[in-house]
Amino acid sequence: MPICRHADTATLMSYSSGTLGEALGAVIASHVAMCPHCAAELARMDAIGGALMSALPSAAMIAIPPRPSAERADSVTTQTVEAPSGDRSMPAPLIRLAGPDLDSVAWKRLALGVWHARLPLSPGANGDLRLIKIAPGQVMPDHGHGGQEMTLVLDGSYTDGMGRFSRGDLADLDETTEHQPIADHETGCICLIASEEKARFKSLLARIVQPFVGM
Amino acid sequence: MADLLQQVAEHRDVDAFRQLFQSYAPRVKSYMIRQGADPNTAEELAQETLLTVWRKAALYSGDKGSATTWIFTIARNLRIDRLRREFPWQELPEGHAETASSDLPPDEIVSEAERKLRVQAALETLPADQHEVVSLSYIEGLSHAEIAERLNVPLGTVKSRMRLAYQKIREAVEDLK
Repeated sequence: MPICRHADTATLMSYSSGTLGEALGAVIASHVAMCPHCAAELARMDAIGGALMSALPSAAMIAIPPRPSAERADSVTTQTVEAPSGDRSMPAPLIRLAGPDLDSVAWKRLALGVWHARLPLSPGANGDLRLIKIAPGQVMPDHGHGGQEMTLVLDGSYTDGMGRFSRGDLADLDETTEHQPIADHETGCICLIASEEKARFKSLLARIVQPFVGM
Repeated sequence: MADLLQQVAEHRDVDAFRQLFQSYAPRVKSYMIRQGADPNTAEELAQETLLTVWRKAALYSGDKGSATTWIFTIARNLRIDRLRREFPWQELPEGHAETASSDLPPDEIVSEAERKLRVQAALETLPADQHEVVSLSYIEGLSHAEIAERLNVPLGTVKSRMRLAYQKIREAVEDLK
């Protein structure tokens, strides 16, 4: 099934300019790895950076041009990442953090029918990045978003007020959006979720856990 | 410039590399300074960018984008890694070559020189408020929220200016044969 929900143009430009935070950047990188449409958009956006950089006035270099040695060349094969094509494969950019496929993830139970696996970010990075697995038919608490939050479906699907989201579909939500996702009744749903601020994501997690703890 | 990079890629031509260095390193240095690096750090990062060009030249392919764009992506990733101390997720354009190009009909694969000229021309004709946000993002390294704060406009305004700017640039390169 073709991906029908893409990254917001402004978000993609932010990623292209190198100013999108690491957590949100991970979701965009994963979506782009699965989505030829957004990969082509990104290539055009990178050309903006090239054009603006080449129009800058020169800053005099102190160093003279070095004479690099031939053996420092990287070979093509070591740099090319093979994107796995199986249905339950991990998007290529996440493999170093989460393993080759969705079955190799070290899931931790968060609440009844909800599991998560936190993915580490660089020490200086803000935000929160994790994989979430939701059991079939599970309803997530109604929630809004403080700051930008992105959800990328990796397996199964979920439905909310905006419709149905399947593998590769990206929900790029800002602080004004509220939604109450329901995981598909047969397949459940596995998503990559990033928020630009740690604290706000915690409040979502608290609301996931709360209904069950309160019972 | 693409010819020089092609020389480096195919023949490991040291003289071509030195010419490339002389032409690009001062601009990369300038970029790093605008991104907030002090002059010494900017100098180091400019050298490292160009040495990465040398090391990874075999990955460069002229039909995937201009030499300038390719060098920009290397500089941008280095900036994320060193100045922001975050992980640069972006692969160099070659990394997604198969998927990226499969979306393009053959007539959209154009000479890189032509594309670069079109992007430059489109940037020059953007309304001032759109050019400003694009430049603050790509050159000054500000997030959209920081741009909103700097210009004292709502975040939504920054984002819509970005989208409008991209729409014009996309139109400028889309019909290339």
